[in-house]
Amino acid sequence: MTGPGSEIERLIELMAKLPGLGPRSARRAALALVKRRERLLLPLAQAMAEVAERVALCEVCGHVATGPRCGICTDARRDATRLCVVEDVADLWALERAGVFKGRYHVLGGTLSALDGVTPESLRIPELAARVRAEGVVEVILAVGATMDGQTTAHVVADYLEGTGAEVTSLAKGVPVGGELDYLDDGTISAALSARKAF
Amino acid sequence: MDWRDEGLLLGIRDHGESSAIIDVLTVHHGRHSGLVRGGAGQKMSAVLQPGTQLALEWRARLEEHLGHFRVEPLQSRAAGIMAGRGTLAAFNAMAALIQALVPERAPDQGLHDASVALADALAAQAPDWPAIYARWEVQFLETLGFGLDLERCAVSGAPDGLAFVSPRTGRAVTREAGSPWAGKLLPLPGFLIGRGEPSAAAVVEALQLTGWFLANRAVAAMERDALPEARERLLRLLDRAAAAPGGG
Repeated sequence: MTGPGSEIERLIELMAKLPGLGPRSARRAALALVKRRERLLLPLAQAMAEVAERVALCEVCGHVATGPRCGICTDARRDATRLCVVEDVADLWALERAGVFKGRYHVLGGTLSALDGVTPESLRIPELAARVRAEGVVEVILAVGATMDGQTTAHVVADYLEGTGAEVTSLAKGVPVGGELDYLDDGTISAALSARKAF
Repeated sequence: MDWRDEGLLLGIRDHGESSAIIDVLTVHHGRHSGLVRGGAGQKMSAVLQPGTQLALEWRARLEEHLGHFRVEPLQSRAAGIMAGRGTLAAFNAMAALIQALVPERAPDQGLHDASVALADALAAQAPDWPAIYARWEVQFLETLGFGLDLERCAVSGAPDGLAFVSPRTGRAVTREAGSPWAGKLLPLPGFLIGRGEPSAAAVVEALQLTGWFLANRAVAAMERDALPEARERLLRLLDRAAAAPGGG
């Protein structure tokens, strides 16, 4: 049996590197693209070329943007005195989906990791402290993961923010909406019990 | 090859899209790494937090292979450890020191038990956790083969009045015998030999003492550049606490 041409093989090879795709599913996706050339392949290729050409990280917050600054940083209706610090762009999108936070963001781009050589400088933490001072921020919300790495990063961020005058807060930890106690891990139950409040 | 054991989870790194490589301090097999299939997924994220005590089943075709772990949580400590800035920093320092300075697959039940005891104290937010951490570092030095001799004076043989440690030999010296060289000797905080209270300043002194031997003996022996940043961070944190009003 003759295999597909080298261009298709290259496409499959690249697509297989995407999250959620392996060699088999990449092969199916590539075949679907080839079969829907006008409806899918060409528009997708054009969209990807445009993204590659125009999209970069916002120079202020680290969100993806089509100019030097993202839509959130240029939106005058957003509360510039409250900053929400997130690990990644995906976390920013999750908060935006909830639609409850009207302030601005600062995307760290990961968590600290000595093993992987991730330092405060590579996470744009010094830039955050400078931004808080320059923009007169009154509250910094640490919306990082409730993991050991996430919380270590949060403490380092808090250290950098000392002396800026901004109040540093963090997200609550506990029972998720729709969560049943029987299915929760010990750590979550323990955190929820510690953070209980008047009912 | 396969075995069953239990161990303290020190660290985890994603491997590929859904797997993770974990580093565990086991009871009978030393510090050991292995792959956990699905370890990077949401279902496992609460289980695979550093500090968790795990039941482990390790399998590999050959002993020198990385191998696969099947894990079950025995005790979760992450939430307790994360509840305090200091306890989190102390756990990170302990895990980083073990990962940096303990060779893989060298069994040492004493180190496991001491590390579990420290992790338990950190998770429980024990008020004296800084002193427990300092004593753990003294034991850690012994594990690495650089144990301090704090029983009696290296000069006079006296068991009382010990106040310094020689940076050259790691042996204690009394105040009387050590005074002429006080500037060259390391102060020995009393609580490490069962005398005096472990004040914040004394704990910092203890960490400076153990830190000297870790940096100048253990780090060099393991051909590392420096002590892990997590350990430096803990020292800075405790130093600040000692400098704060009422901290000393």
